[in-house]
Amino acid sequence: MAELIKLLSEVEEFKKEYFYRNSQAEENRQKDNQAANRAYLSNLHKKAIIIQKIWRGFTARARFRQMVKAAYFIMKMNFYEEMAVRIQRRWRGFFVRKNIHNFYARKSYLEGLSRKNKLVRRELDELEELQKRERDCLEMVKKQTAKVYQAHRLHHLISTKQCPGVFNSPFRPAPHEMELLLRQVKYHAPTRLAPRGRACLLSLPGPRASSFPGTLGSPWVKTTGTAFSSRPTLPPIASKKQQGLFREPGEVWEQRVHCPDLTSRLQTSYTHLEEAQNQLRQHMSIRLPAGKLGTGSMLHHLSHSSTYFTQPAFSKSFR
Amino acid sequence: MSQRQIIQVFEQYQKSRMQFVQTVADLAVRPQNIEILQSAGVLSMLRPLMLDVVPSIQQTAALAVGRLADHSDDLAEAVVKEDILPQLVHSLASQNRFYKKAAAFVLRAVAKHSPELSQAVVACGGIDALVLCLEEFDPGVKEAAAWALGYIARHNTLLSQSVVDAGAVPLLVLCLLEPEMALKRIAASTLSDISKHTPELAQTVVDNGAIAHLAQMILNPDAKLKRQVFSALSQISKHSVSLAEMVIEAEVLPAAVACLKDPDEYVRKNVTTLMRELVKHTPELSQVIVNCGGTAAVIDYLGDCSGNLRLPGIMMLGYVAAHSESLAMAVILSKGVPQLALCLSEEHEHHIKAATVWSIGQIGHHTPEHAKAVATSNLLIKLLELYMDASSSEDLQAKSKKALKSILQKCTYLPHLEPLLYDVPSNILKHVVCQFSKVLPHDSKARRLFVTSGGLKKVQEIEAEPGSPLQEHINAINSCFPEEIVRYYSPGYSEALLERLENYQPA
Repeated sequence: MAELIKLLSEVEEFKKEYFYRNSQAEENRQKDNQAANRAYLSNLHKKAIIIQKIWRGFTARARFRQMVKAAYFIMKMNFYEEMAVRIQRRWRGFFVRKNIHNFYARKSYLEGLSRKNKLVRRELDELEELQKRERDCLEMVKKQTAKVYQAHRLHHLISTKQCPGVFNSPFRPAPHEMELLLRQVKYHAPTRLAPRGRACLLSLPGPRASSFPGTLGSPWVKTTGTAFSSRPTLPPIASKKQQGLFREPGEVWEQRVHCPDLTSRLQTSYTHLEEAQNQLRQHMSIRLPAGKLGTGSMLHHLSHSSTYFTQPAFSKSFR
Repeated sequence: MSQRQIIQVFEQYQKSRMQFVQTVADLAVRPQNIEILQSAGVLSMLRPLMLDVVPSIQQTAALAVGRLADHSDDLAEAVVKEDILPQLVHSLASQNRFYKKAAAFVLRAVAKHSPELSQAVVACGGIDALVLCLEEFDPGVKEAAAWALGYIARHNTLLSQSVVDAGAVPLLVLCLLEPEMALKRIAASTLSDISKHTPELAQTVVDNGAIAHLAQMILNPDAKLKRQVFSALSQISKHSVSLAEMVIEAEVLPAAVACLKDPDEYVRKNVTTLMRELVKHTPELSQVIVNCGGTAAVIDYLGDCSGNLRLPGIMMLGYVAAHSESLAMAVILSKGVPQLALCLSEEHEHHIKAATVWSIGQIGHHTPEHAKAVATSNLLIKLLELYMDASSSEDLQAKSKKALKSILQKCTYLPHLEPLLYDVPSNILKHVVCQFSKVLPHDSKARRLFVTSGGLKKVQEIEAEPGSPLQEHINAINSCFPEEIVRYYSPGYSEALLERLENYQPA
C-alpha cells in the first residue's frame, strides 16, 4: 500500500513535472523556434558567402588577367615606339644632314654669295665710275663750248703786233690761255655769230654724249674744227630766202650756177672772145696772179669753192 | 559820241580788269604778300572775275586764286566757303585747255592742305571733272589734273578710293606712256599716292598693268622720274606677299640694284625703301634679293649716305636677317655688321640708333657664330652703353636691352664677354654669368684664362641673393675650380690669412 501511495504520489509528482515541463516548453516555444530559424539562416549565409567568394575570385582573376594583358601590351608598344623613335632619329638626322643642313652645300652657297657680292660691288663701282666720267665729260664739253663762244665775243681783245692785248700782259712770262684761244678763233661779226654760237652750244653736247673722249684736248679741237669747216661751206647768200626743203641749199645753188655750163651746145661763153682779149691785156699790164680776179667765168667757179675764205692770195690782192 | 569812243570805254575797262588780275596773280607768287591781299578782300574781288566774258581774264583770275590757296590753308578754306569750287568744276568741263590747267591748279592748291578741304573738292564733283581732264589731248592739262588727283588721294583711304572709283587709274597708267617727262613723273607719283593706303587700292593699280610700265621706266635717265617710279613700286609692294612677288616678277631687280649708285640721293633712298618693302614679307623674297647682290649694294649705300637716308637700308638689313639664320649669315658675309657699327657711332638721332640696334639684334640672335660676328665688331659694349645711357629714349633703351639679351644668350666667345662682367646691371650680368657657367665646365683653356684675366675674382665679388638664378650660375662657375683657388679670390681672404698668422703659436 505504501508502495501504492508512493506510486500515486510519484504519479502526482510526475504529472506536476509534466505540466511544468509542458508549460515551460510552451513558454520557450517562440524562442526556440526563432533560434532554429536563425541557425538555418546563418547556415544559408555561410553558403552564400562561399558562392560569392568563389564568384568574386573568378571575376577578379579574369580582370587581373586582362590587366596583365593590357600592361604587357603597353609595355610592348612602348618598346616598339622607342625603337621606332630610334630609327626615325637616325633617319631624320641623316636626311637633314644630307639634304637640308648640308654643311658643304651651305659652305659653297656662302662662298658663292661672297663671290657674287664682290662681283656686284665691283660692277657697281665700275658703273659709278662710268657715270661720273660721263657727267664730267658733258660738263667739260659744256665749259669748252662756253669758252669758245666767249672767245668769239671777246675777239676784239686780241693783241696786235703793235699793242699787246689785255690777256697778253708784258709782265707775264707767257700769254694768258684766253689769248691763245683768241688767236685760234676767227673773228666774225657778232650779229651773225650770235645765233650760230648758240646753235653750237645746243647741238654739240648731243652727239658728243654717246662717245665721250677722255682727253681734255679733243672736244676743243673738234668744236673749233666744226666752227671753221661749217662756215665756208655755206653759200654767201644767207640773207636770201632759201629754196626748198627737199634739197640741200648748196646743191641748189650749184645747180643754179652751173646751169649754163652744163649745156652741150654752148661749150664756150658768148663773150669768150672779149674775155680772152681782156685777159691777155691784163697779163701784159700787171704780171700778178691776182689777174684772175677780173675774169668773169672764173669768179663763178670760185664762188662756191671751199677755199673761198681761206685763200691767202685773195687777201694779198687787197694790199 | 561816236561809236569809236563808246567802244574805247569798254576796251579801257577790259584792259584795267586784265591789269588788275595780272597784278594780283603776280603778287600772289610771294608768300609774304598773302596776308595783305587777304585783308584787302582779294577773293571776293576775284570771284566775279572768274566768270568774266574774256577767257584770258578768267584764266588769270583762276591762276591768282590757285596761288593764293596754295600758300595758306586759311585762304583755301575761304575759297571753299566762297563757293568758287562748283563753278570751277562746272567750267572745267567746258572751257579751253588753258583755263582747264588753271582750274586744275586751283583744285590742287585747295586739296593739298587737309583731308577736309579735299573732301570739299570731292563733294562738288571735282574728281569726275579731273578724270575727264585726264582724257584731254594736251599734256599740260593732263599733268595738272593728275597732280590734283594725287593731292586728293594722298590724304586718306576714303579719298583715294573715290579717286579710284572715278576711273582715274587706267588713265594715269596711260599717262605713264606719254613722251612728256613731267607728265610721267606726276602720273607715277599719283599712282604711288593712291596705292599707299590699302592692299585693295594697290591691287587696283596693279590690275591696270602699272607695274610693267613702271618697271620699264627704271632705265630712264631722268632722276626725278626714277624717284617717283621707285616710290610707287615700294608703295605697291609694301602691302602683301603677292604684290611684292608681282613687283619682283616684273624684273626690276638688277636695274634697281644698279640704281643704288645713282647720283641723285633720293633715287637711292627710294630704291632702298623698295628693297625693304620687298624683303620684309617672306624669306624667299629676301633670298631673291640677297642672291642678286642686293645686300652688298645696300651696305655700300649705307657707307655713302648719312642721316635719315640710312634708315631704310638699316631696316632692310634687319628684315633680311630676321628671316633665317642663313640669311643673317649672308648679311654678315656681305660685311653688314661693321657697316651697322659705323652707323651706330655716326648717327645721333635716337630713332635711327634704335633701328640699327634692332637690326644688330636680328643678326646676332640666331647662333653662336652670328653672335660672335656681332661681338667681334665690339658691338656688345656699345649696346650696353646705349642701354645704360640715361639720355637714350625709352624705345632705344628697350630695343638695346632686348638685342643685348638675345645676343648674350647665344654668345659663347668668352674674351668678348669678359668686359661685360664689370659695371653691368644685374639683369644683364645674369645672362653673362650664365654663359660663363655653360662654357667653363667644358673648356680647360678658357678656365685658365678666366682665372688669369681676373674674371674669377670679379665673379667672387658679385653679391647675389641666395637662391636667385645669378647665385646658381655663380655656384656652377665655382664648382669648375678647386676650392683653394675660389677661396683665394674671394674678397676678404687676405684678412683671414693675417688673422690665422696672428693666432698661430710657433711650437
